[in-house]
Amino acid sequence: MSALTRRELFLAGAAVTLAPVARAAEPALEEAIRAWAGSTVPRDGRVTLEVSPLVDNGNVVPLTVRVQSPMTPADHVREIVVFNQRNPKRDVIRATLTPLSGRAEVSTRIRLATSQRLVALARMSDGSVWQHAVDVVVTLAACIEG
Amino acid sequence: MARTLIHLPPTVRRGDVIDVRAMIAHPMETGFRADSNGQVLPRDIITRFECRLDDAPVFAADLFAAISANPMIAFTLRAERSGTLHFEWEGDHGFRQRESRPLVVE
Repeated sequence: MSALTRRELFLAGAAVTLAPVARAAEPALEEAIRAWAGSTVPRDGRVTLEVSPLVDNGNVVPLTVRVQSPMTPADHVREIVVFNQRNPKRDVIRATLTPLSGRAEVSTRIRLATSQRLVALARMSDGSVWQHAVDVVVTLAACIEG
Repeated sequence: MARTLIHLPPTVRRGDVIDVRAMIAHPMETGFRADSNGQVLPRDIITRFECRLDDAPVFAADLFAAISANPMIAFTLRAERSGTLHFEWEGDHGFRQRESRPLVVE
């Protein structure tokens, strides 16, 4: 024990405290979107992300994504995805649609660890990518980190 | 077997676009929470949901830890013909459940 100076003890404590920060290698929201969209640049429009801007309970947040599309074999939405900014992982859902879907619409209930930005994106059958972002304030966070 | 709840409209006419809602009882444990002893609870989530009409894919989704417990997925279906709707959930630790419902198009 005597081998450790007060300074060394302090630094050891600091290292333990900082460890979780160093572990967080999860990509930022923009990187996650780029990884999914590839070389296609998402355009604003056609996608509507419906979510309450003020959330009381982050454990159960209703969310709907609608996309303007005729949903015909020639012109339909292939994929609808949602990414988040500040949960432990960027992914929320990745849905695959078909012309049999009839409408381009997906609803689910999600968890939000804190106030943050959500982005819904749609990939069309012509390869174009459209997006809509919404900022959400969460008053009671989901107990994702315990 | 986990409890499931699948909601379809009572009557379906040809050409209707109907709402389909599928729920399943599941904790969706994120893998980021600790128990009272500080031990991290291992991740236990549903990772995949699929719906087919007979053999034709209608809708599918990859799910992640950000989906709430007892996941509910709602989507739509253009009813052109009768058939059997197959629903399948897959998840961690070999979780797999299948359900089917008749789709009767008038």
